[in-house]
Amino acid sequence: MSTSAMPQKLVSTAPVRSSAFGLRHYLICLKGIVLRECLRFLHQRERFISSLVRPLVWLFIFAAGFRQVLGVSIIPPYRTYVLYEVYITPGLCGMILLFSGMQSSLSMVYDREMGNMRTLLVSPFPRWFLLVSKMLAGVAVSIAQVYAFLIVAWFWGVKAPPLGYLFVLPALFLSGMMLCALGMLLSSMIKQLENFAGIMNFVIFPGYFASPALYPLWRIQEASPLLYKICIVNPFTYAVELIRFAFYGQVDWLSLGVVTGCTLLFLAGAFIAYDPSRGLMTRKQETGGNA
Amino acid sequence: MIGVQHVRTGGSGNETAALDVVGVSHSYGPKRALNNVSFSIAPATFTVLLGLNGAGKTTLFSLISHLYDTRHGSIRIFGHDIRRASGEALRCVGIVFQARTLDLDLSVHQNLSYHASLHGIGGRDARQRIAALLETVDMQGREHDKARSLSGGQMRRIEIARALLHRPSLLLLDEATVGLDIQSRAGILATIRRLVETEGIGVLWATHLIDEVDDGDHAVVLRQGNLVASGTVSDLIQASGADSIRDAFSKLNRAETAGIAEISP
Repeated sequence: MSTSAMPQKLVSTAPVRSSAFGLRHYLICLKGIVLRECLRFLHQRERFISSLVRPLVWLFIFAAGFRQVLGVSIIPPYRTYVLYEVYITPGLCGMILLFSGMQSSLSMVYDREMGNMRTLLVSPFPRWFLLVSKMLAGVAVSIAQVYAFLIVAWFWGVKAPPLGYLFVLPALFLSGMMLCALGMLLSSMIKQLENFAGIMNFVIFPGYFASPALYPLWRIQEASPLLYKICIVNPFTYAVELIRFAFYGQVDWLSLGVVTGCTLLFLAGAFIAYDPSRGLMTRKQETGGNA
Repeated sequence: MIGVQHVRTGGSGNETAALDVVGVSHSYGPKRALNNVSFSIAPATFTVLLGLNGAGKTTLFSLISHLYDTRHGSIRIFGHDIRRASGEALRCVGIVFQARTLDLDLSVHQNLSYHASLHGIGGRDARQRIAALLETVDMQGREHDKARSLSGGQMRRIEIARALLHRPSLLLLDEATVGLDIQSRAGILATIRRLVETEGIGVLWATHLIDEVDDGDHAVVLRQGNLVASGTVSDLIQASGADSIRDAFSKLNRAETAGIAEISP
C-alpha cells in the first residue's frame, strides 16, 4: 500500500503529533461552540418566543395588578419612589437568566441522551475549556434574551438610565455564568430528560420566589422571618441585587462577592462532575448511564 | 480454548501501534463488561471488532474515546496514554458512534464546521476540508441540507466525513451500519475500506454483522467482555478449525471457556 501518490491527504501522514494547541485554536473552538448554541437557539423560534413571553407576562399583567396593592419604599439603589414595574425589571432579567441557565442544562441532558454531547467530550481540548465554552455560549444566548426583553420593556415605558443598559452587562454576564454553571452541575446529576421537571419544581420556582425579584427583602422579612432567611442564603437573591444596582451604575459588593464565589463553586463542581476520572459521570458509567 | 500467543493484529511489530489496549477491565456496578482485554492494532490496517450484542464493544469504544475512565489497564493511541495525554490521543482518532450524533436542527455544513472548530480548525481550512470530505463520502452538493432531511445512510456518511475532518490516523466506528439497508451498508463499508487503502488510515470497525468481514481483515473477537480471539481472519478461521469466519465466530461464541485464540499476523 502506497500513500505517497495522493495529491492531498485526507488523513494525517504523521500520526504522532505532539504540538499543543495555540490561543488561535482555542478561540476557534470557543467561537464554534458559541455559534452552534446561537444557531440552535435561532432555529428553535418557540424557545426564543417563550423566553420573551414569560417575563413580559409578568411585566404587563402581574406588575400592572400588583402596583396598586404593593408599595415599594425608597431603598437603595433607588433615590425616589419607583413604579413596581421598574422594581421587578431586574428580577425579570434574573428570571430570564435563571430559566435560560436551566434550559442550557436541559440542552446538555438532551445532548447527552441524543449522543451530541459525545462529540463535544471527545474533542482534544481540555474538558474544563469545553465546559466553560459551553457555558459562555449559554450566557451569550441568555444575555441576548435579556436585551430583547429590555427593548420591549423600554417601549412599555419601563426605562433605566441610558448608561445602565451598558453597566448592567457585566452583572448579567456574571449572574448568567453562575446560573449556567449551576445548570451544568445539575445536568450531571440528571440521568434522563424526564427528570428535568424536578429541576423546575425544586430549583427554578423556589429560587425565583425566595428572592427579592418580586418583593423587597424588608417586606419578606416582615411577612415571614423564615422566608427571609431562605432568601438570604439563596444565591439568586444576590444575582438580582447585583443586576438591580448595576442598572444605576452602582456595585453591590456583597452581591458581587457572593455571585463570584458561587460561580467559582458551581464551576468547580461542574468540572469535577464532568471529569471522567473523578466526577458524577463516573458514577453514571458504573451504573450504565449515558456519558 | 484455542491458544496462540500473540495478540497484535497487523503491522511489522516495530512501529508504534495505532491502538494498544493492555489489560483493560470495566464494570457497571457488579456487572463486568470487560475483563482483562488486551490487543493492539497496527497503523493502516482494517481491524474488525467482532462480538454479539452485549459483548463489550461499545464499552470498549467509550474507554478508548475517554468518555469513560480507564481504571483498570491502559489504552494508548499512537503511544499517547488516553488517561495521561487524552488531548494528544484524541487528536489522532476520529470516532463514529453507534448512536446518531448529528445536530438535526443544523445543516450538514454547520454540523461539520462545528466539529472542525472542536479540533481548532476554522475559516478557509475548514471549508476546504469539508468540501473535500463531502466528495469523499459522495455527499457533495448537500452541505446546505438540514441534517434532519437526510436518510440514515446519508447521516452516517456525514458522520464519517465529520470523523475525518481533523485528519485522524485512526478511525473508530461503532456499529456504523446498524439500521441501514444492504446497499447503504455496502457503500459505507466500501468507503471505509478505500480510506484504508488510499489514505493509510487505521480503522477499528465494531460490528456483530459477520458479512462485513473479509478474509484479509484483522479481527478482534469479544464474548461477554472477554477477548476470545485476535489476529487475521484467515488465521482465525484456520486456528478454530472452521470453514468460514461465520463458522469460526459461531464456534468462538459457543465456547464454554473464554480462552484466547491469539493468532500471529
